[in-house]
Amino acid sequence: MTTSDTTDAPRGNGVTGLVPIAVAASLFAYFCTFLPVIAAGDVARLVWEWVPSLSISLSFYVDGLSLTFALLISGIGTLVLLYANSYLAGHPQFGRFALFLTSFMLAMLGLVLADNLIALFVFWELTTITSYLLIGFGHETTKGRRSALQALFVTGAGALVLLAGLILLGFTAGTFELSEINKMGPELKSHALYLPILILILAGAFTKSAQFPFHFWLPNAMAAPTPVSAFLHSATMVKAGVYLMARVYPAFSGTEVWIWTLTIAGGFTAVFASILALRQTDLKQTLAYTTLMALGTLTMMLGQSGGYAMTAFVTFLITHSLYKASLFLMIGCVDHGTGTREADILGGLARAMPVTAFAAALAALSMAGLPPFVGFIAKELAYAGSLEAPSSTTLMAAASLAANALMFAVAGVVAFKPFWRPTGGEMPHKPHEAGGAMLLGPVLLAVLGLVFGLMPGLIQGALINPTVVGFMGETADPKTLKLWAGFNVPLYLSLATFAIGLVLYIGHGPLRAFLTRADAAAPNFDRGWDSFLNGLKAFASWQTRIIQPGVLRYYIFATFAVVLIALGGTLILKDAIPGAPDLEGITWKNVALMVLMISGALLTTVTDSRITAMAGLGVVGMGVAVIFIVFAAPDVAITQLLVETLVVVLVAVALLRLPSLKMTGHFAFRPLDALLSAGVGLVVTLILLAVLATPIDRRLTDYFEVTSWPEAFGRNVVNVILVDFRALDTFGEIAVVVIAALSAYALLRTTDKGPARGIPEADEK
Amino acid sequence: MSSIILRVGTRYLAGLLIIFSLYMLLRGHNEPGGGFIGGLIGATAFVLYAIGCSTKEAREALRVQPQNIAMAGLGIALLAGIAAALFGDALFTGQWLFIGASETDKFDKGLPLSTVLIFDIGVYLVVFGSIIALVFAMEEEI
Repeated sequence: MTTSDTTDAPRGNGVTGLVPIAVAASLFAYFCTFLPVIAAGDVARLVWEWVPSLSISLSFYVDGLSLTFALLISGIGTLVLLYANSYLAGHPQFGRFALFLTSFMLAMLGLVLADNLIALFVFWELTTITSYLLIGFGHETTKGRRSALQALFVTGAGALVLLAGLILLGFTAGTFELSEINKMGPELKSHALYLPILILILAGAFTKSAQFPFHFWLPNAMAAPTPVSAFLHSATMVKAGVYLMARVYPAFSGTEVWIWTLTIAGGFTAVFASILALRQTDLKQTLAYTTLMALGTLTMMLGQSGGYAMTAFVTFLITHSLYKASLFLMIGCVDHGTGTREADILGGLARAMPVTAFAAALAALSMAGLPPFVGFIAKELAYAGSLEAPSSTTLMAAASLAANALMFAVAGVVAFKPFWRPTGGEMPHKPHEAGGAMLLGPVLLAVLGLVFGLMPGLIQGALINPTVVGFMGETADPKTLKLWAGFNVPLYLSLATFAIGLVLYIGHGPLRAFLTRADAAAPNFDRGWDSFLNGLKAFASWQTRIIQPGVLRYYIFATFAVVLIALGGTLILKDAIPGAPDLEGITWKNVALMVLMISGALLTTVTDSRITAMAGLGVVGMGVAVIFIVFAAPDVAITQLLVETLVVVLVAVALLRLPSLKMTGHFAFRPLDALLSAGVGLVVTLILLAVLATPIDRRLTDYFEVTSWPEAFGRNVVNVILVDFRALDTFGEIAVVVIAALSAYALLRTTDKGPARGIPEADEK
Repeated sequence: MSSIILRVGTRYLAGLLIIFSLYMLLRGHNEPGGGFIGGLIGATAFVLYAIGCSTKEAREALRVQPQNIAMAGLGIALLAGIAAALFGDALFTGQWLFIGASETDKFDKGLPLSTVLIFDIGVYLVVFGSIIALVFAMEEEI
């Protein structure tokens, strides 16, 4: 960031800066063409087959709700990209930034337009990944990396839970299309799996939309550059969870669980976050907590069912996106112009930054809920919705009143105090106004807040009514947005809000000191997260020490013990222990071969010489090869012979250099080892006998024998299976061979310099 | 190992083994053999060479890094499988070309060429390269 005015002009982003803006703007224009369709009460649906065998299709659905979101995302996206083009002008990694932000915007659009559950999930995860990259854009700092990772873990874990819920929902409903699912509300609500599905889906929505107790990642995500915060925390990322809850509203809402979960979680988050917002001194952090408040309020509204609450939901959704994006961008201008975001330092900026001050004032008035701004209408509707709530009206009204009054105070702290109080502290550099491209966004969004307040008809018919109809179906009862609704309870509550808010604003200095002390004493979720991660790491190293002691003998013992237990257990549980084998047809040649192999095996276990042990094993291997020859399987026999030869060579190469067996002491008689090997031998024998006792299913064998020549033009059935019928399997196998060879090669090479070659030090750090 | 007999014998034996391994590879579709066995025999040639002479000389005789041979083999096998897509068939469907096939004798297919053979050559190279890479690395390590 520079102090000179002249560098504010965009320089050098060129096409990289302009293409994303053009993409976003044309998307916005494209979505505007849907406005007449939606206003007429129709919906649009586009379908492409994707994975038809799994009933996954790339289907998009445009109704009031998705269009509202799509317009907010593309519209605010355009302004944010325009803003970022100046804000990060000349940044060496601007190209990367533009790519991340554009990808994020597209993923978000996909999320809100997707009709298929799996497609929705894919877009959901794409927003998780792209937002991770955006939050971690300042990856040089530990804080940036930590915040990004935290957001990724929390929302990613939630997304996994969500996936389980979506799959369960898809199979329960028999369709993966949301537009179909939403038509079967009554059936779903009485289904036995309703509660599990609801819990899983809400877990995904609550983590994404940072509802208590998953709220802690959101303020940390402020490590991102300001344009990112403005985009992610006004209209997009964090609203994805709210969107999901609204999307499944027709199918899931109205039950006791739904009403109370959403009301309590939303209400608590709203009040808790607005109290914490007042405690912050960094303006961007303050806004982060007000975002939590907005998400809580939206969740709370979705818990209800009346026409007022639903209308309030949509109105507040639009209102919040407008003023929050504007305020974030405004803070970026302040940061850019003064070098700080500390509320205690900033002051008297109205003279140096008049346009920013103007935008801030308009946005803050909407946030405070003063007439004639659209924020006022949203607040009135929210109060009206609280009063007809199916949950507790007292609880709802109290939570709304507390949160709104605190918002009023916070609006003053964020947008009034820095500009209009006479003087501030020493700022890093002399305040100066931002450039035109950076001012367009905040001003336009703030002015829209006023325009929609004065002329609510602009959004009423086009967006709000279709969305409410989408929620409530035939019984929809969208309320009219009006500035003056007469003397009624919501108005009195508004007046109370202003009065309490004003008191809070005046007393916010001492209040903040008190909150800071209280906050220090309260449990800290962010630190809890760290302890959780540390605990996880400690557990990982503990269990690695247990499972991976680094001694080959233990590994082999464990492997064979598992084989013994798994196979032997299965034999016993399935009651499949075979009877006495049929010894008829065994010739003296077979017996001689057996005797030879058994003596080879015995020799291996009793000898002191490694070479003798090798030779003993070789006898067993060659014996197996001879068996293959006796039973006319030349291909297998050749392979066995060759592999056996190579193994002997390889092991001999290694063994020649090792001390004799006696010296290592490893080959002293061990009863446990003897027992284990006898057990494994017994179980394998039993299994082979059991296999032989069952008649062989010759269908595949016959098929391959018959078709090998006419279809694959080969008479060696074994090879035809390998290279033609089962070529994909073979390809997988040779890939494994290559990977194994490369890994072994790498291992041999890296231990080259080690003190004990090939044997890791037991106490290696 | 410093056995003059093994040293001299290896020179001829290794060449013969390579030729034999190619023979095994090519006959594999109709008689016992194939890429897997061929690759194993080919590898023994160089393993023998490394024992009889030295790993250094064996590497020089091979000219290419064995792990590269293995990876090239994997690539060739994959290409042979993908080639089916050019003819509109599913992945790894064998494609055949018979040069001079007899009209009357259904067992006389003339000279058969196929992606299946190319796939088998890939298998041969993978086995050949992987084993040699391992043996060479172990011999040099010790």
